[in-house]
Amino acid sequence: MIHFLVHDKKDTVGVAVVEGIKAGQELTGWLMEDDSTVTVKAMNDIPIGHKVATKLVKSGDTIWKYGFDIGKAVADIKVGEHAHVHNIKTKRW
Amino acid sequence: MINSKTTFMGYRRENGRVGVRNHVIILPLDDLSNAACEAVAHNIKGTIVVGHPYGRLQFGADLELHFRTLIGAGSNPNVAAVVVIGIEEEWTNRIVQAIAKTGKPVTGFGIELHGDHDTIMRASKVAKEYAQWASEIRRVECPISDLWVSTKCGESDTTSGCGSNPTVGSAFDKLDPLGVTMCFGETTEITGGENIVADRCATPEVRAAFMKMFDRYQEVIERHKTSDLSDSQPTKGNIAGGLTTIEEKALGNIQKIGKKCKVVGVLDKAEMPTKPGLWFMDSSSAAAEMVTLCAASGYVVHLFPTGQGNVIGNPIIPVIKLCANPRTVRTMSEHVDYDCTGLLQREKNLDQTGNELLEVMMRTCNGRLTAAEALGHNEFVMTRLYESA
Repeated sequence: MIHFLVHDKKDTVGVAVVEGIKAGQELTGWLMEDDSTVTVKAMNDIPIGHKVATKLVKSGDTIWKYGFDIGKAVADIKVGEHAHVHNIKTKRW
Repeated sequence: MINSKTTFMGYRRENGRVGVRNHVIILPLDDLSNAACEAVAHNIKGTIVVGHPYGRLQFGADLELHFRTLIGAGSNPNVAAVVVIGIEEEWTNRIVQAIAKTGKPVTGFGIELHGDHDTIMRASKVAKEYAQWASEIRRVECPISDLWVSTKCGESDTTSGCGSNPTVGSAFDKLDPLGVTMCFGETTEITGGENIVADRCATPEVRAAFMKMFDRYQEVIERHKTSDLSDSQPTKGNIAGGLTTIEEKALGNIQKIGKKCKVVGVLDKAEMPTKPGLWFMDSSSAAAEMVTLCAASGYVVHLFPTGQGNVIGNPIIPVIKLCANPRTVRTMSEHVDYDCTGLLQREKNLDQTGNELLEVMMRTCNGRLTAAEALGHNEFVMTRLYESA
């Protein structure tokens, strides 16, 4: 069972691809770039399609997805934490 | 699996272009003429109205885009014949004469000096002839290189970037070497991925033209933005689906152009491409506006990936929906033409889903109705550049 996807080894977040992920759950992720498996423990409930942090991120750090810069952290984000508009913001506009 | 020998059954028009539908359309020049057009389409079975709310007191580039969109829609090879109705004859005839250049039957009617009753009667007589004439046109075998395929995604979420958008990209990479004419756009939603698109441009000239269009749009946003665009880009639906920033949305969005095909040119809104390959069209990211512009540019079939479940259709071109979000496929199955959820569970790869999507596309081109067509979705939304005079 794949719970989340990570596009690139550089990425700091993965995408939940199943419904109903609960805090405390052990999650299996598919790192697509090299077809390997990664695991994290969810710290929050993660809705399908939402992101889970796969690396420790400090406030102000760049968030990486697809191997590219998708914005910056506006709070510290721990591994397994729900990563979304409450802790990530665009660098544009 | 498609290759250079693949054919489909299409409608070859007078100018050589090939359509996959055989519509007789009743086309209003302006807002005032919708009622007469609807009456004609009610009278004559087998015709459809392409209604819209604009066409009065527009000027300059905005007026030119209005004409280009209506002329392009009428000229689209999915259209067999056209009846145009406008409040007055001069602008009506401008549309008629431009569509007539394709060689297809087209007649225009002005309402002034006649009133609705007389106009509806005269237009209905012509529409009846067109409908009966068009009903005898037969599909003929056509090479796949006759296809013009556009794409735009909507109600995207993170599954779009992981699944449905790269499936379109895989399909585009397979179509490109076969001489198919393709198009993507959504200028704002390239933001954050503009350098990736620029690097895919075939020549320095195309790259410069693309960056000029991109920079122009950024200036529009700078001029009109409130605090930022985060309230509309990503949309509330995008955010509910897990997309956080415009950069993330853009990087997911441009998965639709695949990994190999080059951008051979850029198009202004509703402008027609001049050779096969992948074109970038400067366009809004609003679904119905973008698909309408694709129809006006002459594209005949549209690939539309969705995450949270956009329900859009178009009166001129069939809109094929694909989705990788298992919740959307479960809750909105009647809108989904192709389910690619298997990608996200590692059950399928992009090569397989690209081939399966193309199979659905070829069946659609051969005549199978899309979900949106069966459900009656026919959103025709014209892009406006600025306020009327």
